Amino acid sequence: MLGQQLVNGFVAGATYALFALGFTLMFGVLRVINLTYGVYFSAGAFLALALVRNVGFGLGLALPAAAIATGGLAVLIDALLLTRLRRAKAPELASLMVTLGATLLLYAVLTAWLGTEIRRFPPGLVGGAVEFGGIRISGAQALIIVTTFVLVAGLLTLLRRTRLGLAIRALAENPEAAQLMGVDAGRTVAFVSFASGALGAAAGVLIGLEYNAIQPYMGEAMMLKGFAVIIIGGLGDIGGALIAGLLLGMAEALTAGYLASTLKDAVGFVLLVLTLWVRPDGLFGRASARRA
Amino acid sequence: MFQDFLFTYQSLIDAVGINGLLALSLYVVLALGQLSLGQAAFMGIGAYSSALLTTRLQLPFPLVLLAAACLPALAALLIGRPTARLSGVYLALATIGFGEVLRIFYVNAEITGGALGLSGIPERAGFLWIYGTLAAASAGLALLCRTRIGRAMEAMRQDELAAGVMGIDLARYKLAALVASAALAGLAGAFDAHSSSFIAPGEFGFDAAVTILSFALLGGTGSPFGPVLGAVILTLLPELLRPLQDFRLVLNGLIIVLVVLFLPRGLLAWRIGRVR
Repeated sequence: MLGQQLVNGFVAGATYALFALGFTLMFGVLRVINLTYGVYFSAGAFLALALVRNVGFGLGLALPAAAIATGGLAVLIDALLLTRLRRAKAPELASLMVTLGATLLLYAVLTAWLGTEIRRFPPGLVGGAVEFGGIRISGAQALIIVTTFVLVAGLLTLLRRTRLGLAIRALAENPEAAQLMGVDAGRTVAFVSFASGALGAAAGVLIGLEYNAIQPYMGEAMMLKGFAVIIIGGLGDIGGALIAGLLLGMAEALTAGYLASTLKDAVGFVLLVLTLWVRPDGLFGRASARRA
Repeated sequence: MFQDFLFTYQSLIDAVGINGLLALSLYVVLALGQLSLGQAAFMGIGAYSSALLTTRLQLPFPLVLLAAACLPALAALLIGRPTARLSGVYLALATIGFGEVLRIFYVNAEITGGALGLSGIPERAGFLWIYGTLAAASAGLALLCRTRIGRAMEAMRQDELAAGVMGIDLARYKLAALVASAALAGLAGAFDAHSSSFIAPGEFGFDAAVTILSFALLGGTGSPFGPVLGAVILTLLPELLRPLQDFRLVLNGLIIVLVVLFLPRGLLAWRIGRVR
């Protein structure tokens, strides 16, 4: 019983971490809380669904295609909304407000276009459940766990071991100095937008598969978990987001199992406020933009 | 004549005043460069607590109002204390989370009437209460602009780092502003509950928080009158142009995007007591 609950919590936690990766990457480098991120999550799921249903793609093709297309969308939105503010060196809250307004618009467009009814992927896209030691994991769940860990490892390697990663980190650290050292800020920013949009979309496809309920506002519900995860893990901290996601998932599962299932949705917020009080730098104290 | 007018448009007139008060409550925070997306949640605490105190304990209205201002202020203390020392992003995110948690609570808890909300709240907050408070609050804030405190707030909005170096206690100002703003929003909530006689969880969610933000941004946050003007416009506009009503949220979103990008000072760009 406890075992199954911990496993369920672990899986839920992996989905939260997967969702939060692109979000925290975007903040860490661009210093912007981009609330349109939830839209990329929904858009990715819808695109993959359309590709599977109407074009007959398998998951192996639909997932990357949806991620790439959504990444492009993210670059476009970032360019439309944020370049102007970035150039004017507007306060970070201005960009938060712009993306907040844009989020309302984008969700309204999605809803007007696709309606609010819940759509589902056709069955059989991923393998069946595996069971060992009396503990069940569905195919989608296994895929989420593997993908999350692969993406975290991939992102960390990209950031720490490659030239592009060095440019990204330099830009995050000090945009002016980075540009003086020859970093092409425009291209690096575009790449980060693309990567986080694609990550959001991939999360949308996989989490859409696991819950099997796709509708325009699915991203909004995840955003709240996302806030908790990126603050608990430390804003901009990718490893922190992974651990924080897993922690949140398991804390929720245990709360639902042993206290009351209605309290489950409050766990994230309680942990968030607790983090702010006790450890505002995040679990590992590596948050990238902390002080006022 | 005036009485007839009041009677016919009473709910709209009340709504304009209450929204003005909410916009003003957000102004208090925006005036020093912070962003709270918890105004709807603070309003909700005021609305629910006042409704319960009136209907269950039959407390006199002034006492109810006092509680409706103090309870959200306490909640603001809990969130504001740790975030006051951090960058503004933390307060914005924490207040969004706070609003959602409260909304879920209202929907699930028995005492708040669940998804149906509370009804049959006596109508005690009339024109005088609402507009008296609005006038007092805007006058108070306008006067504040000319004082040492007002100049400190303006300095923080212009350049927080420089303001801190000049000896302004940033954390204290941020916390005080959030607490005051929560108290104002709580009062607005109590007026809402006691003028429409009905409250439901949906009124205090994220959409409401964004709507309040669009009031303040459209009007401009250079003086307390800007946000009130924004609230008046955005409350009356959908009433005058009925077709707009279905697109209220989209309109609010659009306004926020356009104003932040192209009109950062809002419609009423005039500022009070600029330091010469």
